[in-house]
Amino acid sequence: MICRDVQDLAHGYVDGELDLVKSLEIDQHLAGCPACKVQYDSLRESGSSLRAHADYHAAAPPLRSRIVAALPDEARAAPRAASWGWLRWASPYAFGLALIVAIGPMLLRPGADERLAQEVVAGHVRSMLGNHLTDVTSSDQHTVKPWMAGRLDFSPPVGDFSAQGYALAGARLEYLGERKAVALVYRQRQHVINLFIWPEGGSMPLRQSSQRGYNMAHFAAGGMSFWAVSDLNPEELKSFAGLLRGNAEGAR
Amino acid sequence: MSDGARKRRFEEVVLPHLDAAFNLARWLTRNDQDAQDVVQDAYLRAFRFFDGFRGNEGRGWMLAIVRHTCYSWLKKNRPAEVNAVFDDDEHSEEAAAFDPEIVGAAGGNPEAIALQNAHRRILNQAIAALPVGFREVLILRELEDMSYKEIARIIDVPMGTVMSRLARARKLLQQSAPLRALNGMPAAEVKK
Repeated sequence: MICRDVQDLAHGYVDGELDLVKSLEIDQHLAGCPACKVQYDSLRESGSSLRAHADYHAAAPPLRSRIVAALPDEARAAPRAASWGWLRWASPYAFGLALIVAIGPMLLRPGADERLAQEVVAGHVRSMLGNHLTDVTSSDQHTVKPWMAGRLDFSPPVGDFSAQGYALAGARLEYLGERKAVALVYRQRQHVINLFIWPEGGSMPLRQSSQRGYNMAHFAAGGMSFWAVSDLNPEELKSFAGLLRGNAEGAR
Repeated sequence: MSDGARKRRFEEVVLPHLDAAFNLARWLTRNDQDAQDVVQDAYLRAFRFFDGFRGNEGRGWMLAIVRHTCYSWLKKNRPAEVNAVFDDDEHSEEAAAFDPEIVGAAGGNPEAIALQNAHRRILNQAIAALPVGFREVLILRELEDMSYKEIARIIDVPMGTVMSRLARARKLLQQSAPLRALNGMPAAEVKK
């Protein structure tokens, strides 16, 4: 491969869009061509500088409420709403459908899980509303762990996943499902992940669910129950949960 | 699907991408209030067309709608910005990542160093100053971390065009006067 070819493909190369063979050829060229290497490095560094310093404009919380409120009225009678009064005037067809929608999830999942999921989402939303995201603010697991040790009668694993893009932001105490829990706060770019942990025996495979636009992943391992909740997409939350699980099982 | 189930699915699939939607709209309109109006409008449209949505790529689907809504808004309110000519064909000449003139300048690429040293504010201004067609690919690629394929689908052009626009966008950014001014030194004195 000559310099000109490398130059033409440089953007595809830094963006990881080239096939393996082309990438390897460019690797090889860069290893032997200092001029191209300088240019390639500067392109790559410009990119990381941009990602680090360009503003990411996250939506202000009121916008979400405004949008939900603006969705057409007839769609707002969520079947799982607490009030059953509206069933009186519902047609038999709608009644049957609503019953399936309302009861279906209960049949598929234990009711306790469902209630817990609601508490988890509520905890997440609460943490984002005020100024109380963390009681201890630190990206260092060796600061967070001792802080927890003084306040909890269990010792949850605190993983450092900064290399995978999940930066620890701190922790706070929570009360969830009628027990004391800790919430570890991670950030993935502009997304906040609340990870609720409390002691619970047994092991449970990963389950994912969502409520009110938030995604959750939960499992039990290493004597603890883990619930991660975020506006992060389900795939990324799943990979985050995978990291947690590996860490929890390794910590035993 | 019952209305409730439809709305719940909408909340699960589309609403989580509100930040991405707002970020794109904010970068395209360059104004908080306008971005909020556009995003709200886009979500209402999305809800109306939600029955036609298949698959699970909620983010790409939503961003395509946000982009479309932004463009309609820009055409109506700031037609000059949308009509500003930006020419994909310059690709062959200009899009090459490596400027031959600075290949071999052993001191490193001054534009790149300027960019690295750039103050956040200057960098953001420089991105905001890019023509909208270049700005959007840069935002989708660098801030939303989307693949060429995803971007191609959102802005409805071939993948090759995504790459050439991205290359041009990066080059324009490196040449941006405020960013260069930041460096404040002749190229020759830039330390490695």
